[in-house]
Amino acid sequence: MASAMPLAAETAPQDVAYDDIGAIAEPLSETAGNPEEGAKIYADKGTGNCVACHAISARTDAEFQGNIGPSLDGAGDRWSVEQLRGIVADAKRTFPESMMPSMYKTAGYVRPGDAFTGKAGTEPLPPLLNAQQIEDVVAYIATLKE
Amino acid sequence: LALPALAETAPESTDPIVINGGEVELQTAAPAPEHLDGALDEIYSGWLFRDPDTQTMQTDDFENPGMIFVDQGMDEWNMVEGEAGKSCASCHEDVSESMKGVRATTPKVNKDGALWSVEDYVNDCRTSRMQAEALDWNGDRMKNLTALISMQSRGMPMDVAIDGAAQPFWEQGKEMYYTRYGQLELACSNCHEDHYGDWIRADHLSQGQTNGFPVYRLKDAGLVSQHNRFRGCIRDTRAETFPIGSDEFRALELYVASRGNGLPVEGVSVRH
Ligand code: HEC
Ligand code: HEC
Ligand code: HEC
Repeated sequence: MASAMPLAAETAPQDVAYDDIGAIAEPLSETAGNPEEGAKIYADKGTGNCVACHAISARTDAEFQGNIGPSLDGAGDRWSVEQLRGIVADAKRTFPESMMPSMYKTAGYVRPGDAFTGKAGTEPLPPLLNAQQIEDVVAYIATLKE
Repeated sequence: LALPALAETAPESTDPIVINGGEVELQTAAPAPEHLDGALDEIYSGWLFRDPDTQTMQTDDFENPGMIFVDQGMDEWNMVEGEAGKSCASCHEDVSESMKGVRATTPKVNKDGALWSVEDYVNDCRTSRMQAEALDWNGDRMKNLTALISMQSRGMPMDVAIDGAAQPFWEQGKEMYYTRYGQLELACSNCHEDHYGDWIRADHLSQGQTNGFPVYRLKDAGLVSQHNRFRGCIRDTRAETFPIGSDEFRALELYVASRGNGLPVEGVSVRH
């Protein structure tokens, strides 16, 4: 793929089609998700930071794991890939009012900021994760079987 | 979906903070004020959620690193400054008499109908009565004075008024408390009402009470004002914050204070 036009192979946040239970049928990027990358994003404070709220027993590498959300052990048994994609992209469509941030959403915020500066940001904001990162994280969570 | 596991977690113990070998005892839990009916049953000091080393520092005024600033606040209290040639002590004399209870009942509506924090009263006295310059809300001199003033209410239950003239400010603060700000779309209530006792990565969430302010924060190695704490929590939601000393933060300060009505003022507490 020509590096000059990587976005052509991605679905932009505003174009994502969610079904009525909040799942996304089609992958957001052309390149299949890489679970190893996803595992890194999951624990990385600067990107996914899922570990702030979730725990996975196998992740003994993560020094601190949160317990705001449920343990993700076995999440790959509980949810289809399509559902996981929907949860990671915009959890509030699966769990109304959820505390889980919407990772692939760019507008509609109250006092949107410019990252963690405390200053005003301008919508559309860059999404918390890009399309490929979402696919990578979904591929990783799908491997969590009991 | 697995809701019980996500609910708030009460602290394991609610032992009081015993200071200076029993000279002062501060309760760490109290029944929630009536207006929190349905939201919380019990209110807790942030002290309960800190690690044992941090807790211990608050049990002895010589170990409490915030107390040095109370001493500096006393120097400030006695210092003559401004055209009128006066110090705080010139008018208010003994701080332990004149400032007793002030922290426990502030913010409150002043005689002109504005909601004022302790910082506003201090700066009003400085500008209109001492003819000196206003102090920076978040500067060391102001924090030293508010620490000194807080200490004079240590042990007295928080008791801010929320009715009458205070009500519209209180409503505004309440609305803010439940607003999901920023790109992370998180409200104060998400963390401090729904999930106190839980862990957000390495942080053990408290109820976000303000009865310990100004707090000595180990991470900052200094005193932190209430508005600065609010600013930090809102910034961490990837939101545009409100300025320190803004009307919005005064309203939020009143509302959050009212959620702690019944918990004792801790003077200068220690947090990590
Ligand atoms: C600020 C907290 C928070 C963050 C950060 C967060 N989540 Fe969640 N997550 C939750 C909560 C709370 C739920 C429970 C659903 C609800 O709200 O009812 C949840 C639910 C889930 C579920 C379904 C859980 C199950 O086992 O059935 C998955 C999967 C999930 N999250 C994955 C992720 C991933 C992947 C990330 C990072 C990219 C992430 N979460 C980041 C709070 C969070
Ligand atoms: C010239 C006299 C004078 C000086 C000097 C003065 N004050 Fe005051 N102060 C007053 C008066 C009078 C009031 C009551 C105002 C009112 O009720 O509106 C007051 C009120 C206050 C209050 C509010 C008390 C309450 O019960 O709500 C605080 C706090 C305060 N002063 C702190 C200070 C500090 C700190 C200084 C020095 C930086 C200072 N004052 C200097 C006269 C003074
Ligand atoms: C994403 C989670 C989160 C949100 C949202 C949040 N806070 Fe906090 N807050 C924290 C953490 C973490 C701490 C430090 C640990 C503790 O005391 O809970 C803290 C501490 C505090 C403290 C200090 C408590 C003490 O005893 O020292 C106050 C006060 C506070 N928050 C108020 C607020 C207010 C008001 C809001 C909304 C404007 C808010 N917080 C939103 C996470 C949050």
